[in-house]
Amino acid sequence: MKAGRMPDPVALTSLSLTDVRNYSGLSLGFSARLVALIGPNGAGKTNLLEAISLLTPGRGLRRAAFEAITRLDTTGGWAVSAMIERDGEETRIGTGLAGIDPGSGAARRVRINGASAPSAEALLEHLRLLWLTPAMDALFTGPAGDRRRFLDRLVLTVDPGHGRRVNDMDRLLTSRNRLLDEGASPAYLDAVEAQLAEKAVAVAFARAETVALLQARIEAQGAEGSAFPSAGLSITGEFDDAVTASPSAMLEVSYRDELRETRFRDRAAGRTLSGPHRSDLSVTFAAKAMPAALSSTGEQKALLIGIILAHADLVARTSGMTPILLLDEIAAHLDPGRRAALFARLETLGVQAFMTGTDADLFRDLPASSERFEVVDGHVVRLG
Amino acid sequence: MPQSVVGPEIERLIQLLSRLPGLGPRSARRAALHLMKKKDLLLEPLARAAAEAAASVSVCSVCGNLDTRDPCSVCSDPLRDASVLVVVEDVGDLWALERAMATRGRYHVLGGTLSPLDGIGPDQLNLSSLMHRAQDGEIKEIILAVNATVEGQTTAHYVTDMLAGTDVRITRLAHGVPVGGELDYLDDGTLAAAMKSRTPF
Ligand SMILES: [Zn+2]
Repeated sequence: MKAGRMPDPVALTSLSLTDVRNYSGLSLGFSARLVALIGPNGAGKTNLLEAISLLTPGRGLRRAAFEAITRLDTTGGWAVSAMIERDGEETRIGTGLAGIDPGSGAARRVRINGASAPSAEALLEHLRLLWLTPAMDALFTGPAGDRRRFLDRLVLTVDPGHGRRVNDMDRLLTSRNRLLDEGASPAYLDAVEAQLAEKAVAVAFARAETVALLQARIEAQGAEGSAFPSAGLSITGEFDDAVTASPSAMLEVSYRDELRETRFRDRAAGRTLSGPHRSDLSVTFAAKAMPAALSSTGEQKALLIGIILAHADLVARTSGMTPILLLDEIAAHLDPGRRAALFARLETLGVQAFMTGTDADLFRDLPASSERFEVVDGHVVRLG
Repeated sequence: MPQSVVGPEIERLIQLLSRLPGLGPRSARRAALHLMKKKDLLLEPLARAAAEAAASVSVCSVCGNLDTRDPCSVCSDPLRDASVLVVVEDVGDLWALERAMATRGRYHVLGGTLSPLDGIGPDQLNLSSLMHRAQDGEIKEIILAVNATVEGQTTAHYVTDMLAGTDVRITRLAHGVPVGGELDYLDDGTLAAAMKSRTPF
């Protein structure tokens, strides 16, 4: 961590979309750090945030199939392109599908300064994105898989190699399950399980490290008197209890042994029953030591915002660049006091944030330097 | 479908060209047009060269390389170090290592990697011939020059276990091969350095 060094301010200064959702063609410029997108439901505000969210590894904030992003009535592909400014230096990044090839499970292309990038991971060198959407309101009460995915995205924004690590682990799990099902030779299973153990331990350690760093930022934020409650984070699961107790080489060997011994059980179950792919992120209200899932919806939302703000701070410190936040319909659920506190905190962090809302009034307390856009029926107009 | 603007012979040429790696239908049409414009200079020599290669190309029965002689040029070269065997996934990797002049040893081409999701198991790879070569007493070291992908490393693990009972020393490429990297795309210097700094598996 670069202690004492201010992170480089990173901002998205222009965005152009081609055949993305309800936009056939759109070009927008941004000069502010806080940007409000105002308009009725269904006008295309979230589509704009989704387009930006595609400028990072993964499938964006709706977790959509890439083919589904193409504007209706068109058969071609789609494209998102943006100019990213970091400490005065500009980088043009873009992504999209060239055309729709039915059933090909299309891979998207990634371009950086006019050249093809080998994978979306390269985008993380230029910007780190975090987002909050209404779909995440049920994060604490919903299935563990959603929290795991949320956790892995938090890790990815501080540790760019994590996406590939998780993909590798998932592919090896699927491979093992298939080999068990086909009755493959023990030697073949040995080879796959050895790789799986290596990746699984790497995933578990990366998660544990990010959670520890994030917890420290949450506590620092709380000590400064945040308007948002502090969360207590921990990763729970059989596998993760061992992570804190053993060195990685030992854990790898013991997980490999466990996989070998549970082949019969897992074959019957049709899946691998132990490992970090079964872990959960447990979240409590630190002050009351109460599980987040037991509190009111409003307090859960406030807790989640507190986590994201602390994580933005962590990303800035560890990556040396400020992240960009996409906050969908976030202001509507906050009382005016917390709303003002959110805007103030975003300003202090120096991050760029794109926020949506149905009512201009929600953004009354934004600082004078902010920008407001009205989004109506796929048209985006700068206000005032 | 609009009626084709070219006769079936040319259409067939375009279709075949478009199946080459890196060529789509559009670049295949461009290549076909270019070939036909340079009929004497390109199209006819290419047709002859393709016919000759097709008549004589075969898989080397020793190592799995592609060549017009069997055993291949590498296997029949008496100046090669018969005590070192470099295991690669694909003929393309063999050619990349040769370009880089990374080794004086001989090769063994697996013909792919273990990939359960693609239905490629040990029986689909040239593993039993590798086992035979490892057991014939001449080979002292086997270098696993597989890619740093999940499939490559799974294969390396399998081969290492398979050869555990032999007297052969097993090493693998160490530094310089980026994670997820493919040998064929590495520059020659990187490959040579990776070969030099190999480590016991
Ligand atoms: Zn040969």
